[in-house]
Amino acid sequence: MTIADQAPVAPVVDEEEAARARKDRIHRVAKWTLPSLVMVLSVLAWHLYVTLNEVPHYILPGPLVVAQSIFDDWGLLWPAMLTTTRLTVLALIFAIIGGVALAVAFTQSKWAEMSFFPYAVILQVTPVIAIAPLLQIYMDSAFGAALACAWIVAFFPILSNTTIGLKSADHNLEDLFTIYGASRWQRLRYLAAPSALPFFLGGLKIAGGLALIGAVVAEFVIGRAGTGLGLASTLLEASYRFNFGRLYAALILISGMGVVIFAITSLISHLALRKWHESAMMRER
Amino acid sequence: MTSIAQRPPLLTMSHIEKTFGGDVVALRDMDLTVNEGDFLSLLGPSGCGKSTVLRLISDLMHPTRGKIEWAGGQGSDDLGVVFQEPTLMPWATVAQNVYLPFRLKGMTYDRVQDDIQEALRLVGLAQFQDAYPRELSGGMKMRVSIARAMVTKPRLILMDEPFAALDEITRFKLNNDLLELKAAIDCTVIFVTHSVFESVFLSDRIVVMAARPGRVIHELEVNTPYPRHEDFRTSAEYAAHTRAASEALGEAIGEAA
Repeated sequence: MTIADQAPVAPVVDEEEAARARKDRIHRVAKWTLPSLVMVLSVLAWHLYVTLNEVPHYILPGPLVVAQSIFDDWGLLWPAMLTTTRLTVLALIFAIIGGVALAVAFTQSKWAEMSFFPYAVILQVTPVIAIAPLLQIYMDSAFGAALACAWIVAFFPILSNTTIGLKSADHNLEDLFTIYGASRWQRLRYLAAPSALPFFLGGLKIAGGLALIGAVVAEFVIGRAGTGLGLASTLLEASYRFNFGRLYAALILISGMGVVIFAITSLISHLALRKWHESAMMRER
Repeated sequence: MTSIAQRPPLLTMSHIEKTFGGDVVALRDMDLTVNEGDFLSLLGPSGCGKSTVLRLISDLMHPTRGKIEWAGGQGSDDLGVVFQEPTLMPWATVAQNVYLPFRLKGMTYDRVQDDIQEALRLVGLAQFQDAYPRELSGGMKMRVSIARAMVTKPRLILMDEPFAALDEITRFKLNNDLLELKAAIDCTVIFVTHSVFESVFLSDRIVVMAARPGRVIHELEVNTPYPRHEDFRTSAEYAAHTRAASEALGEAIGEAA
Protein backbone atom coordinates (compact mmCIF):
# COMPACT_ATOMS: atom_id res chain seq x y z
CA MET A 1 0.00 0.00 0.00
CA THR A 2 1.41 3.39 -0.90
CA ILE A 3 0.88 6.55 1.05
CA ALA A 4 -1.40 7.91 -1.66
CA ASP A 5 -3.82 5.04 -1.09
CA GLN A 6 -4.62 6.22 2.37
CA ALA A 7 -7.08 8.99 2.92
CA PRO A 8 -5.20 11.73 4.76
CA VAL A 9 -8.33 12.67 6.75
CA ALA A 10 -9.55 11.45 10.13
CA PRO A 11 -8.64 8.11 11.70
CA VAL A 12 -9.23 5.23 9.32
CA VAL A 13 -12.12 3.01 10.32
CA ASP A 14 -12.27 0.06 7.97
CA GLU A 15 -15.44 -1.78 7.13
CA GLU A 16 -14.80 -4.60 9.56
CA GLU A 17 -14.38 -2.21 12.48
CA ALA A 18 -17.44 -0.20 11.50
CA ALA A 19 -19.49 -3.39 11.31
CA ARG A 20 -18.19 -4.46 14.70
CA ALA A 21 -19.04 -1.10 16.26
CA ARG A 22 -22.53 -1.33 14.79
CA LYS A 23 -22.95 -4.85 16.16
CA ASP A 24 -21.75 -3.75 19.60
CA ARG A 25 -24.29 -0.92 19.70
CA ILE A 26 -27.10 -3.27 18.71
CA HIS A 27 -25.97 -5.81 21.31
CA ARG A 28 -25.93 -3.21 24.08
CA VAL A 29 -29.54 -2.26 23.38
CA ALA A 30 -30.76 -5.80 22.71
CA LYS A 31 -29.25 -7.09 25.96
CA TRP A 32 -31.96 -5.19 27.88
CA THR A 33 -34.80 -4.83 25.42
CA LEU A 34 -35.05 -8.48 24.33
CA PRO A 35 -35.52 -10.02 27.79
CA SER A 36 -37.93 -7.19 28.70
CA LEU A 37 -39.91 -7.89 25.56
CA VAL A 38 -40.02 -11.62 26.32
CA MET A 39 -41.24 -10.76 29.82
CA VAL A 40 -44.01 -8.48 28.58
CA LEU A 41 -45.13 -10.97 25.93
CA SER A 42 -45.16 -13.89 28.38
CA VAL A 43 -47.20 -11.97 30.93
CA LEU A 44 -49.57 -10.94 28.16
CA ALA A 45 -49.89 -14.53 26.90
CA TRP A 46 -50.47 -15.68 30.47
CA HIS A 47 -53.17 -13.06 30.93
CA LEU A 48 -54.88 -13.94 27.62
CA TYR A 49 -54.73 -17.65 28.30
CA VAL A 50 -56.33 -17.25 31.73
CA THR A 51 -59.07 -14.83 30.63
CA LEU A 52 -59.95 -16.44 27.28
CA ASN A 53 -60.11 -19.95 28.71
CA GLU A 54 -61.70 -18.75 31.92
CA VAL A 55 -59.18 -20.73 33.99
CA PRO A 56 -60.30 -20.73 37.64
CA HIS A 57 -58.10 -18.93 40.24
CA TYR A 58 -57.31 -22.08 42.17
CA ILE A 59 -55.68 -23.64 39.09
CA LEU A 60 -53.83 -20.71 37.57
CA PRO A 61 -54.37 -17.14 38.75
CA GLY A 62 -53.86 -14.46 36.12
CA PRO A 63 -51.12 -11.85 36.41
CA LEU A 64 -53.58 -9.25 37.60
CA VAL A 65 -54.70 -11.46 40.48
CA VAL A 66 -51.05 -12.07 41.46
CA ALA A 67 -50.30 -8.35 41.31
CA GLN A 68 -53.37 -7.69 43.41
CA SER A 69 -52.14 -10.32 45.90
CA ILE A 70 -48.73 -8.73 46.23
CA PHE A 71 -50.47 -5.44 46.93
CA ASP A 72 -53.16 -6.75 49.29
CA ASP A 73 -50.98 -9.22 51.20
CA TRP A 74 -47.99 -6.89 51.46
CA GLY A 75 -48.45 -6.67 55.20
CA LEU A 76 -47.95 -10.43 55.36
CA LEU A 77 -45.41 -10.88 52.58
CA TRP A 78 -43.02 -8.11 53.59
CA PRO A 79 -42.23 -9.42 57.11
CA ALA A 80 -41.97 -12.93 55.67
CA MET A 81 -39.52 -11.68 53.09
CA LEU A 82 -37.49 -9.97 55.79
CA THR A 83 -37.31 -13.24 57.72
CA THR A 84 -36.20 -15.20 54.66
CA THR A 85 -33.67 -12.50 53.81
CA ARG A 86 -32.28 -12.56 57.33
CA LEU A 87 -32.08 -16.35 57.19
CA THR A 88 -30.30 -16.33 53.83
CA VAL A 89 -27.88 -13.52 54.62
CA LEU A 90 -26.94 -14.92 58.03
CA ALA A 91 -26.45 -18.40 56.56
CA LEU A 92 -24.22 -16.92 53.87
CA ILE A 93 -22.19 -14.89 56.37
CA PHE A 94 -21.65 -17.92 58.61
CA ALA A 95 -20.83 -20.01 55.54
CA ILE A 96 -18.18 -17.48 54.54
CA ILE A 97 -16.70 -17.36 58.04
CA GLY A 98 -16.80 -21.13 58.51
CA GLY A 99 -15.76 -22.03 54.98
CA VAL A 100 -12.82 -19.64 54.84
CA ALA A 101 -11.64 -20.49 58.36
CA LEU A 102 -11.74 -24.21 57.68
CA ALA A 103 -10.07 -23.77 54.27
CA VAL A 104 -7.24 -21.84 55.92
CA ALA A 105 -6.95 -24.53 58.61
CA PHE A 106 -6.85 -27.22 55.92
CA THR A 107 -4.11 -25.52 53.96
CA GLN A 108 -2.09 -24.66 57.05
CA SER A 109 -2.22 -28.17 58.42
CA LYS A 110 -2.17 -31.29 56.32
CA TRP A 111 -3.27 -33.22 59.43
CA ALA A 112 -6.39 -31.10 59.87
CA GLU A 113 -7.30 -31.64 56.24
CA MET A 114 -6.76 -35.38 56.38
CA SER A 115 -8.82 -35.63 59.57
CA PHE A 116 -11.77 -33.42 58.73
CA PHE A 117 -12.18 -33.10 54.97
CA PRO A 118 -14.07 -36.41 54.59
CA TYR A 119 -16.62 -35.18 57.14
CA ALA A 120 -17.09 -31.90 55.31
CA VAL A 121 -17.91 -33.98 52.24
CA ILE A 122 -20.34 -36.19 54.17
CA LEU A 123 -22.06 -33.10 55.56
CA GLN A 124 -22.41 -31.83 52.02
CA VAL A 125 -23.66 -35.00 50.31
CA THR A 126 -26.27 -35.80 52.96
CA PRO A 127 -29.47 -34.15 51.68
CA VAL A 128 -30.27 -31.26 53.98
CA ILE A 129 -33.96 -32.11 53.79
CA ALA A 130 -33.15 -35.32 55.63
CA ILE A 131 -31.30 -33.51 58.42
CA ALA A 132 -33.81 -30.72 58.89
CA PRO A 133 -36.34 -32.65 61.02
CA LEU A 134 -33.53 -33.69 63.37
CA LEU A 135 -32.27 -30.15 63.70
CA GLN A 136 -35.78 -29.08 64.50
CA ILE A 137 -35.92 -31.57 67.36
CA TYR A 138 -32.51 -30.68 68.78
CA MET A 139 -32.76 -26.92 68.47
CA ASP A 140 -35.27 -24.86 70.41
CA SER A 141 -35.63 -22.07 67.94
CA ALA A 142 -37.15 -22.79 64.52
CA PHE A 143 -35.14 -19.92 63.12
CA GLY A 144 -31.94 -21.43 64.49
CA ALA A 145 -32.72 -24.82 62.99
CA ALA A 146 -33.53 -23.29 59.62
CA LEU A 147 -30.35 -21.24 59.79
CA ALA A 148 -28.31 -24.38 60.41
CA CYS A 149 -29.88 -26.04 57.36
CA ALA A 150 -29.19 -23.11 55.07
CA TRP A 151 -25.66 -22.87 56.45
CA ILE A 152 -24.88 -26.53 55.72
CA VAL A 153 -25.93 -26.08 52.11
CA ALA A 154 -24.08 -22.80 51.53
CA PHE A 155 -20.91 -23.70 53.35
CA PHE A 156 -19.40 -26.37 51.12
CA PRO A 157 -18.80 -24.43 47.87
CA ILE A 158 -16.99 -21.77 49.88
CA LEU A 159 -14.85 -24.35 51.67
CA SER A 160 -14.00 -26.35 48.58
CA ASN A 161 -13.32 -23.38 46.29
CA THR A 162 -11.26 -21.51 48.87
CA THR A 163 -9.23 -24.62 49.66
CA ILE A 164 -8.37 -25.12 46.00
CA GLY A 165 -7.65 -21.40 45.64
CA LEU A 166 -5.30 -21.29 48.61
CA LYS A 167 -3.31 -24.10 47.05
CA SER A 168 -3.22 -22.62 43.58
CA ALA A 169 -0.43 -20.07 44.01
CA ASP A 170 2.26 -19.97 41.30
CA HIS A 171 5.02 -22.44 42.23
CA ASN A 172 7.81 -20.09 41.29
CA LEU A 173 6.28 -17.43 43.52
CA GLU A 174 6.16 -20.03 46.30
CA ASP A 175 9.87 -20.60 45.77
CA LEU A 176 10.53 -16.89 45.75
CA PHE A 177 8.74 -16.50 49.08
CA THR A 178 10.86 -19.33 50.47
CA ILE A 179 14.06 -17.71 49.22
CA TYR A 180 13.11 -14.40 50.83
CA GLY A 181 12.40 -16.24 54.08
CA ALA A 182 8.68 -15.42 54.22
CA SER A 183 6.85 -16.43 57.39
CA ARG A 184 3.75 -18.63 57.33
CA TRP A 185 1.57 -15.59 57.90
CA GLN A 186 3.25 -13.58 55.10
CA ARG A 187 2.82 -16.49 52.73
CA LEU A 188 -0.88 -16.68 53.56
CA ARG A 189 -1.48 -12.94 53.49
CA TYR A 190 0.53 -11.95 50.43
CA LEU A 191 0.48 -15.08 48.27
CA ALA A 192 -2.15 -17.69 49.13
CA ALA A 193 -5.00 -15.28 49.93
CA PRO A 194 -4.78 -13.17 46.75
CA SER A 195 -4.35 -16.36 44.67
CA ALA A 196 -7.49 -17.76 46.31
CA LEU A 197 -9.62 -14.66 45.82
CA PRO A 198 -11.03 -15.49 42.36
CA PHE A 199 -11.82 -19.04 43.52
CA PHE A 200 -13.46 -17.78 46.71
CA LEU A 201 -15.61 -15.32 44.77
CA GLY A 202 -16.68 -18.09 42.40
CA GLY A 203 -17.71 -20.10 45.47
CA LEU A 204 -19.51 -17.08 46.90
CA LYS A 205 -21.70 -16.78 43.80
CA ILE A 206 -22.75 -20.41 44.11
CA ALA A 207 -23.15 -20.19 47.89
CA GLY A 208 -25.39 -17.11 47.61
CA GLY A 209 -27.90 -19.03 45.52
CA LEU A 210 -27.57 -22.13 47.67
CA ALA A 211 -28.13 -20.18 50.90
CA LEU A 212 -31.51 -19.10 49.54
CA ILE A 213 -32.36 -22.63 48.42
CA GLY A 214 -31.30 -23.93 51.84
CA ALA A 215 -33.46 -21.32 53.54
CA VAL A 216 -36.48 -22.24 51.40
CA VAL A 217 -36.05 -25.98 52.00
CA ALA A 218 -35.62 -25.38 55.73
CA GLU A 219 -38.76 -23.25 55.86
CA PHE A 220 -40.71 -25.94 54.02
CA VAL A 221 -39.66 -28.60 56.48
CA ILE A 222 -39.39 -26.63 59.71
CA GLY A 223 -41.87 -23.83 59.08
CA ARG A 224 -44.57 -26.42 58.44
CA ALA A 225 -45.07 -26.94 62.16
CA GLY A 226 -46.96 -23.67 62.35
CA THR A 227 -43.90 -21.62 63.20
CA GLY A 228 -44.62 -19.31 60.29
CA LEU A 229 -41.08 -18.58 59.29
CA GLY A 230 -40.62 -16.73 56.02
CA LEU A 231 -41.69 -16.53 52.39
CA ALA A 232 -41.44 -20.25 51.73
CA SER A 233 -43.63 -21.01 54.74
CA THR A 234 -46.09 -18.44 53.47
CA LEU A 235 -46.00 -20.09 50.06
CA LEU A 236 -46.65 -23.52 51.53
CA GLU A 237 -49.46 -22.25 53.69
CA ALA A 238 -51.05 -20.48 50.71
CA SER A 239 -50.99 -23.74 48.78
CA TYR A 240 -52.90 -25.51 51.57
CA ARG A 241 -55.52 -22.79 51.42
CA PHE A 242 -55.71 -22.83 47.65
CA ASN A 243 -54.79 -19.13 47.77
CA PHE A 244 -52.88 -19.33 44.50
CA GLY A 245 -52.65 -15.59 44.09
CA ARG A 246 -50.60 -15.39 47.28
CA LEU A 247 -48.64 -18.49 46.36
CA TYR A 248 -47.52 -16.92 43.08
CA ALA A 249 -46.82 -13.64 44.81
CA ALA A 250 -44.51 -15.40 47.29
CA LEU A 251 -42.87 -17.34 44.47
CA ILE A 252 -42.15 -14.17 42.51
CA LEU A 253 -40.64 -12.50 45.56
CA ILE A 254 -38.40 -15.52 46.23
CA SER A 255 -37.20 -15.47 42.61
CA GLY A 256 -36.60 -11.75 42.94
CA MET A 257 -34.46 -12.35 46.03
CA GLY A 258 -32.43 -14.93 44.13
CA VAL A 259 -31.80 -12.48 41.32
CA VAL A 260 -30.75 -9.74 43.75
CA ILE A 261 -28.35 -12.09 45.57
CA PHE A 262 -26.80 -13.14 42.27
CA ALA A 263 -26.47 -9.52 41.16
CA ILE A 264 -24.82 -8.48 44.43
CA THR A 265 -22.31 -11.36 44.50
CA SER A 266 -21.49 -10.78 40.82
CA LEU A 267 -20.92 -7.10 41.48
CA ILE A 268 -18.64 -7.85 44.44
CA SER A 269 -16.70 -10.29 42.30
CA HIS A 270 -16.37 -7.82 39.46
CA LEU A 271 -15.20 -4.98 41.72
CA ALA A 272 -12.63 -7.16 43.45
CA LEU A 273 -11.12 -8.63 40.29
CA ARG A 274 -11.55 -6.04 37.56
CA LYS A 275 -8.03 -4.65 37.85
CA TRP A 276 -6.15 -7.90 37.37
CA HIS A 277 -8.07 -11.10 36.81
CA GLU A 278 -8.79 -12.49 33.35
CA SER A 279 -12.39 -13.36 34.25
CA ALA A 280 -13.22 -9.70 34.78
CA MET A 281 -11.46 -8.41 31.66
CA MET A 282 -13.01 -7.04 28.53
CA ARG A 283 -11.35 -8.87 25.68
CA GLU A 284 -10.40 -7.25 22.41
CA ARG A 285 -11.65 -9.38 19.57
CA MET B 1 37.05 -4.96 36.90
CA THR B 2 39.65 -7.26 38.36
CA SER B 3 40.69 -10.34 36.42
CA ILE B 4 38.95 -13.54 37.38
CA ALA B 5 41.96 -15.08 39.10
CA GLN B 6 42.21 -12.14 41.52
CA ARG B 7 38.59 -12.16 42.62
CA PRO B 8 37.81 -13.47 46.11
CA PRO B 9 35.54 -16.51 46.17
CA LEU B 10 31.87 -15.97 47.06
CA LEU B 11 30.74 -19.55 47.25
CA THR B 12 32.29 -22.92 46.69
CA MET B 13 30.47 -26.09 45.71
CA SER B 14 32.53 -29.18 46.33
CA HIS B 15 31.81 -32.76 45.27
CA ILE B 16 28.12 -32.04 44.93
CA GLU B 17 25.91 -34.94 44.08
CA LYS B 18 22.13 -34.76 43.74
CA THR B 19 19.97 -37.79 43.17
CA PHE B 20 16.21 -37.86 42.60
CA GLY B 21 14.05 -40.83 43.47
CA GLY B 22 17.09 -42.92 44.32
CA ASP B 23 18.28 -43.57 40.78
CA VAL B 24 18.12 -40.40 38.68
CA VAL B 25 21.46 -38.66 39.08
CA ALA B 26 20.92 -34.95 38.38
CA LEU B 27 24.45 -33.93 39.37
CA ARG B 28 27.57 -35.97 39.95
CA ASP B 29 30.74 -34.84 41.63
CA MET B 30 30.31 -31.21 40.73
CA ASP B 31 32.92 -28.67 41.78
CA LEU B 32 32.38 -24.99 41.16
CA THR B 33 33.75 -21.86 42.73
CA VAL B 34 31.87 -18.64 42.10
CA ASN B 35 33.91 -15.49 42.67
CA GLU B 36 32.71 -12.08 43.71
CA GLY B 37 31.94 -10.06 40.60
CA ASP B 38 31.70 -13.02 38.24
CA PHE B 39 29.19 -13.04 35.46
CA LEU B 40 29.08 -16.79 35.22
CA SER B 41 27.01 -18.62 32.64
CA LEU B 42 25.99 -22.23 33.06
CA LEU B 43 25.69 -23.53 29.52
CA GLY B 44 24.44 -26.96 28.59
CA PRO B 45 21.76 -29.12 27.02
CA SER B 46 18.42 -29.80 28.71
CA GLY B 47 18.66 -32.15 31.64
CA CYS B 48 22.26 -31.33 32.52
CA GLY B 49 21.28 -30.07 35.96
CA LYS B 50 21.74 -26.33 35.36
CA SER B 51 18.55 -25.43 37.15
CA THR B 52 19.31 -27.92 39.91
CA VAL B 53 22.53 -26.01 40.61
CA LEU B 54 20.51 -22.81 41.10
CA ARG B 55 18.02 -24.56 43.36
CA LEU B 56 20.86 -25.91 45.47
CA ILE B 57 22.49 -22.50 45.76
CA SER B 58 19.20 -20.85 46.71
CA ASP B 59 18.67 -23.51 49.39
CA LEU B 60 15.38 -24.67 47.88
CA MET B 61 16.98 -28.10 47.70
CA HIS B 62 19.78 -29.84 49.55
CA PRO B 63 22.59 -31.85 47.98
CA THR B 64 22.57 -35.62 48.45
CA ARG B 65 26.33 -35.43 48.99
CA GLY B 66 28.92 -32.69 49.08
CA LYS B 67 28.61 -29.16 50.41
CA ILE B 68 28.14 -25.57 49.48
CA GLU B 69 30.18 -23.04 51.41
CA TRP B 70 29.64 -19.31 51.41
CA ALA B 71 32.52 -16.93 52.02
CA GLY B 72 32.31 -15.40 55.49
CA GLY B 73 29.80 -18.03 56.57
CA GLN B 74 27.02 -16.09 54.99
CA GLY B 75 23.93 -17.99 53.90
CA SER B 76 21.68 -17.84 50.93
CA ASP B 77 19.58 -15.02 52.34
CA ASP B 78 21.28 -12.34 50.27
CA LEU B 79 19.97 -13.43 46.89
CA GLY B 80 17.99 -12.15 43.97
CA VAL B 81 16.31 -14.62 41.65
CA VAL B 82 14.89 -14.34 38.14
CA PHE B 83 12.98 -17.31 36.75
CA GLN B 84 12.27 -18.26 33.15
CA GLU B 85 8.77 -16.84 33.60
CA PRO B 86 8.42 -13.29 34.92
CA THR B 87 6.64 -14.75 37.98
CA LEU B 88 4.89 -11.54 39.00
CA MET B 89 1.92 -11.28 41.30
CA PRO B 90 -0.93 -10.43 38.89
CA TRP B 91 -2.95 -8.73 41.64
CA ALA B 92 -0.20 -6.24 42.47
CA THR B 93 1.07 -3.20 40.59
CA VAL B 94 4.58 -3.05 39.17
CA ALA B 95 5.82 -1.04 42.18
CA GLN B 96 4.16 -3.45 44.64
CA ASN B 97 5.80 -6.39 42.87
CA VAL B 98 9.21 -4.81 43.15
CA TYR B 99 8.47 -4.01 46.80
CA LEU B 100 7.94 -7.72 47.59
CA PRO B 101 11.46 -8.60 48.85
CA PHE B 102 11.39 -5.63 51.24
CA ARG B 103 7.85 -6.38 52.35
CA LEU B 104 8.85 -9.92 53.28
CA LYS B 105 11.72 -8.51 55.31
CA GLY B 106 9.22 -6.38 57.18
CA MET B 107 10.18 -2.98 55.77
CA THR B 108 7.53 -0.35 55.15
CA TYR B 109 6.95 0.91 51.63
CA ASP B 110 7.80 4.49 52.57
CA ARG B 111 11.19 3.50 53.83
CA VAL B 112 12.25 1.77 50.61
CA GLN B 113 10.29 3.83 48.10
CA ASP B 114 13.46 5.44 46.75
CA ASP B 115 15.11 2.06 46.16
CA ILE B 116 12.03 0.87 44.27
CA GLN B 117 11.95 4.01 42.11
CA GLU B 118 15.65 3.63 41.41
CA ALA B 119 15.32 -0.04 40.40
CA LEU B 120 12.40 0.76 38.10
CA ARG B 121 14.34 3.64 36.58
CA LEU B 122 17.32 1.35 35.92
CA VAL B 123 15.14 -1.16 34.04
CA GLY B 124 13.42 1.69 32.17
CA LEU B 125 9.97 1.28 33.68
CA ALA B 126 9.75 4.37 35.89
CA GLN B 127 6.52 5.53 34.27
CA PHE B 128 4.86 2.11 34.60
CA GLN B 129 4.99 1.75 38.37
CA ASP B 130 1.21 1.83 38.77
CA ALA B 131 0.49 -0.57 35.90
CA TYR B 132 -0.63 -4.15 36.47
CA PRO B 133 1.44 -6.98 34.96
CA ARG B 134 -1.25 -7.90 32.44
CA GLU B 135 -0.89 -4.48 30.86
CA LEU B 136 2.79 -5.08 30.08
CA SER B 137 4.54 -6.90 27.22
CA GLY B 138 6.61 -10.04 27.86
CA GLY B 139 9.86 -8.07 27.80
CA MET B 140 8.54 -5.45 30.20
CA LYS B 141 7.33 -8.11 32.64
CA MET B 142 10.79 -9.60 32.60
CA ARG B 143 12.23 -6.16 33.37
CA VAL B 144 9.97 -5.93 36.41
CA SER B 145 11.20 -9.35 37.48
CA ILE B 146 14.81 -8.17 37.13
CA ALA B 147 14.05 -4.98 39.05
CA ARG B 148 12.59 -7.09 41.87
CA ALA B 149 15.69 -9.30 41.96
CA MET B 150 18.10 -6.36 42.17
CA VAL B 151 16.13 -3.92 44.31
CA THR B 152 17.68 -5.17 47.55
CA LYS B 153 21.16 -4.92 45.99
CA PRO B 154 21.96 -8.56 46.71
CA ARG B 155 25.49 -9.89 46.39
CA LEU B 156 24.36 -12.69 44.12
CA ILE B 157 21.63 -12.82 41.46
CA LEU B 158 20.53 -16.16 40.03
CA MET B 159 18.92 -16.14 36.60
CA ASP B 160 17.33 -19.29 35.19
CA GLU B 161 17.00 -18.87 31.41
CA PRO B 162 15.22 -15.57 31.93
CA PHE B 163 15.06 -14.55 28.27
CA ALA B 164 14.38 -17.95 26.69
CA ALA B 165 10.73 -17.19 26.03
CA LEU B 166 11.35 -13.76 24.47
CA ASP B 167 11.85 -12.87 20.84
CA GLU B 168 15.42 -12.29 19.66
CA ILE B 169 15.18 -8.51 19.32
CA THR B 170 13.81 -8.13 22.84
CA ARG B 171 16.42 -10.57 24.12
CA PHE B 172 19.33 -8.61 22.61
CA LYS B 173 18.01 -5.41 24.13
CA LEU B 174 17.64 -7.04 27.53
CA ASN B 175 21.14 -8.54 27.26
CA ASN B 176 22.59 -5.06 26.76
CA ASP B 177 20.56 -3.64 29.63
CA LEU B 178 21.48 -6.49 31.94
CA LEU B 179 25.18 -5.73 31.55
CA GLU B 180 24.55 -2.10 32.42
CA LEU B 181 22.52 -3.13 35.43
CA LYS B 182 25.18 -5.45 36.70
CA ALA B 183 27.75 -2.69 36.42
CA ALA B 184 25.40 -0.30 38.21
CA ILE B 185 24.77 -2.45 41.26
CA ASP B 186 28.07 -4.33 41.25
CA CYS B 187 26.91 -7.85 42.05
CA THR B 188 27.69 -11.42 41.06
CA VAL B 189 25.47 -13.17 38.52
CA ILE B 190 24.94 -16.85 37.78
CA PHE B 191 23.08 -17.11 34.51
CA VAL B 192 21.63 -20.36 33.21
CA THR B 193 21.18 -20.52 29.45
CA HIS B 194 21.24 -22.89 26.51
CA SER B 195 22.23 -20.15 24.11
CA VAL B 196 25.91 -19.99 23.18
CA PHE B 197 25.50 -16.44 21.87
CA GLU B 198 23.88 -15.19 25.03
CA SER B 199 26.52 -16.76 27.26
CA VAL B 200 29.41 -15.27 25.25
CA PHE B 201 27.90 -11.82 25.06
CA LEU B 202 27.03 -11.60 28.73
CA SER B 203 29.54 -13.51 30.77
CA ASP B 204 33.22 -13.56 31.61
CA ARG B 205 33.07 -17.19 32.69
CA ILE B 206 31.21 -19.95 30.85
CA VAL B 207 30.83 -23.27 32.62
CA VAL B 208 29.76 -25.95 30.16
CA MET B 209 27.80 -28.85 31.57
CA ALA B 210 26.89 -32.26 30.14
CA ALA B 211 23.82 -34.33 30.97
CA ARG B 212 23.15 -37.79 32.39
CA PRO B 213 24.71 -37.44 34.85
CA GLY B 214 24.91 -33.64 35.11
CA ARG B 215 28.50 -32.49 35.49
CA VAL B 216 30.95 -29.77 34.47
CA ILE B 217 33.02 -30.70 31.43
CA HIS B 218 34.59 -27.39 30.36
CA GLU B 219 35.21 -23.94 31.62
CA LEU B 220 35.88 -21.04 29.29
CA GLU B 221 36.91 -17.49 29.96
CA VAL B 222 35.58 -14.60 27.89
CA ASN B 223 38.23 -12.00 28.56
CA THR B 224 36.70 -9.17 26.54
CA PRO B 225 36.47 -6.30 29.01
CA TYR B 226 33.20 -4.67 30.01
CA PRO B 227 31.40 -2.50 29.11
CA ARG B 228 30.45 -4.52 26.06
CA HIS B 229 28.18 -2.94 23.54
CA GLU B 230 26.20 -3.99 20.53
CA ASP B 231 29.32 -3.88 18.29
CA PHE B 232 30.82 -6.73 20.33
CA ARG B 233 28.28 -9.03 18.68
CA THR B 234 29.84 -8.44 15.27
CA SER B 235 33.51 -8.51 16.35
CA ALA B 236 36.06 -11.21 15.46
CA GLU B 237 36.67 -11.77 19.16
CA TYR B 238 33.01 -12.60 19.71
CA ALA B 239 33.09 -15.02 16.78
CA ALA B 240 36.15 -16.78 18.22
CA HIS B 241 34.60 -17.12 21.68
CA THR B 242 31.34 -18.31 20.17
CA ARG B 243 33.18 -20.98 18.20
CA ALA B 244 35.02 -22.21 21.28
CA ALA B 245 31.82 -22.30 23.32
CA SER B 246 29.95 -24.07 20.52
CA GLU B 247 32.66 -26.72 20.34
CA ALA B 248 32.50 -27.25 24.09
CA LEU B 249 28.71 -27.46 23.98
CA GLY B 250 28.91 -29.88 21.04
CA GLU B 251 31.16 -32.07 23.12
CA ALA B 252 28.69 -31.88 26.03
CA ILE B 253 25.83 -32.95 23.77
CA GLY B 254 27.95 -35.70 22.20
CA GLU B 255 28.85 -37.13 25.60
CA ALA B 256 25.27 -37.29 26.68
CA ALA B 257 24.09 -39.12 23.58
